[in-house]
Amino acid sequence: MAQYLLSVWHDEEYVVDFSGEDMQRLGAQVGAFNEELTAAGAWVFGGGLQPASSATVLRGDNGSVSMTDGPYAETKEQMGGFWVIEANDFDAALEWTRKATLACEGPVELRPFQSE
Amino acid sequence: MNDEPAVDLGGIFRREVGRCTATLIRVLGDVDLAEDSVAEAFAVAAERWPVVGVPPNPGGWITTTARNKALDRLRRESSRHSRHAAADRLQQVRMNDDHDPELQDLDDLVDVVADDQLRLMFLCCHPALSPDAQVALTLRLLGGMETPEIARSFLVAEDTMAQRIVRAKRKLRDNHASYRIPRHAELPDRLRPVLAAIYLIFNEGHTSTSGDDLSRVDLSSEAIRLGRVLVDLMPDEPEAAGLLALMLLTDARRPARTAADGSMIRLSDQDRTRWDRDKIEEGSALLRACLRRNQPGPMQIQAAIAAVHAGAADDTTTNWQQIVTLYDGLLAHQPTPVVALNRAVAVSRAHGLEAGLAAVEALSDALADYQSFHAVRADLLAQLGSRREAIAAYDEALARTRNPTERQFLQERRSVLR
Repeated sequence: MAQYLLSVWHDEEYVVDFSGEDMQRLGAQVGAFNEELTAAGAWVFGGGLQPASSATVLRGDNGSVSMTDGPYAETKEQMGGFWVIEANDFDAALEWTRKATLACEGPVELRPFQSE
Repeated sequence: MNDEPAVDLGGIFRREVGRCTATLIRVLGDVDLAEDSVAEAFAVAAERWPVVGVPPNPGGWITTTARNKALDRLRRESSRHSRHAAADRLQQVRMNDDHDPELQDLDDLVDVVADDQLRLMFLCCHPALSPDAQVALTLRLLGGMETPEIARSFLVAEDTMAQRIVRAKRKLRDNHASYRIPRHAELPDRLRPVLAAIYLIFNEGHTSTSGDDLSRVDLSSEAIRLGRVLVDLMPDEPEAAGLLALMLLTDARRPARTAADGSMIRLSDQDRTRWDRDKIEEGSALLRACLRRNQPGPMQIQAAIAAVHAGAADDTTTNWQQIVTLYDGLLAHQPTPVVALNRAVAVSRAHGLEAGLAAVEALSDALADYQSFHAVRADLLAQLGSRREAIAAYDEALARTRNPTERQFLQERRSVLR
């Protein structure tokens, strides 16, 4: 078994509005996907993130730490959430990722964790 | 000593390296380790075989020697945790590490070679790799081609290609890609890049970009063999049959492609009685069978073009308009400048030299570094009587070929114009 990160990518500022029709649908789809992950024993961790504007970056340098407001990468696309899953191999992980992108209706990046 | 027959290590390498590597990857579960140990085994063979002779089963000898080299290396590096799994796997292969590979019955180790090569083909052509990386990896691991050769067939710089191959292998490894044949439902999507890779291996064998022979028989035969395995595995896939038909119909011309002195003969000047009728018949029968399914694709269309040539008594009675029409269909599937260049040649025959030259020159930006572009353009200019321009175009073509046979051909064409 290997662990993989499935990250969901959004435009920089998205609105977290659980009452909207789209979010209702997405929430149901992602909930069903999470249940499927759990039932298969593939679930490790996962969750949605608050918008990137809520981020703070800290930089350690020679013992001193500086702090800046906002996300690390100043790009239009930011990570909006992620799953950590366990899968047998690449193809199994790709199959989960295929389901993930259909559930959340956005691009999902698959990356393997480093082996111990 | 001089009476000893020379050991054709290069020929044996080209025949066996893909099979050995494919089996070693299964046994070791590690692509790089498999490649390295197969290379080590060939190095041992290069020292020993000229002295003691080539063993009766050179592929089996290489596979077993490589496996033992890998085991030695894993033992030396046993502190490295990630390779424990591979070492455990190796121990399960029922063999004593100190046996003499030449005395051992090797059949059970090399028996499953076809399956291993198919597994390796699908691994190399994994859809999560870019198409360029898929084909490069297939040529490297299954064709045993060196990185510079692959770089030339892709028209890219050597270090770009080296990096592409390293990254592709690393991605498969980091992502824990399995060594397996795709399930039935996955096969159609997994097949397309495999077809493209096999066809490129065939072309690399058909017209090598370097080396002394115009034709590298082993790579072409290997591509045809892989094509047959694919057709067996996927009898309902017309593009697999189309690829095999295309390769057979093209390979049928091989006896007529080179003169007695080794120089290259163009399609238009070939003695068609020397074409291999058995291959033409087999290819044509395959093509007819897959065209009946009415699911046309690029491989079947290219095979149909080759079949038009095969059915014509000579160049002048060839139905060039039909060939232009087939190239139009091919361009719809594969809108690439190289396809457009081949179409332009057909246009020059069907609609005249000026029309052909105009179609060729429309590709001058896209194909500026492509040898065939300059050779085709030079030929059309020479036929149109533009002597000076033709000579300049031959010079451009000559600057871009590393194949001595091709070089000689171009130089002769050029010298006639002086």
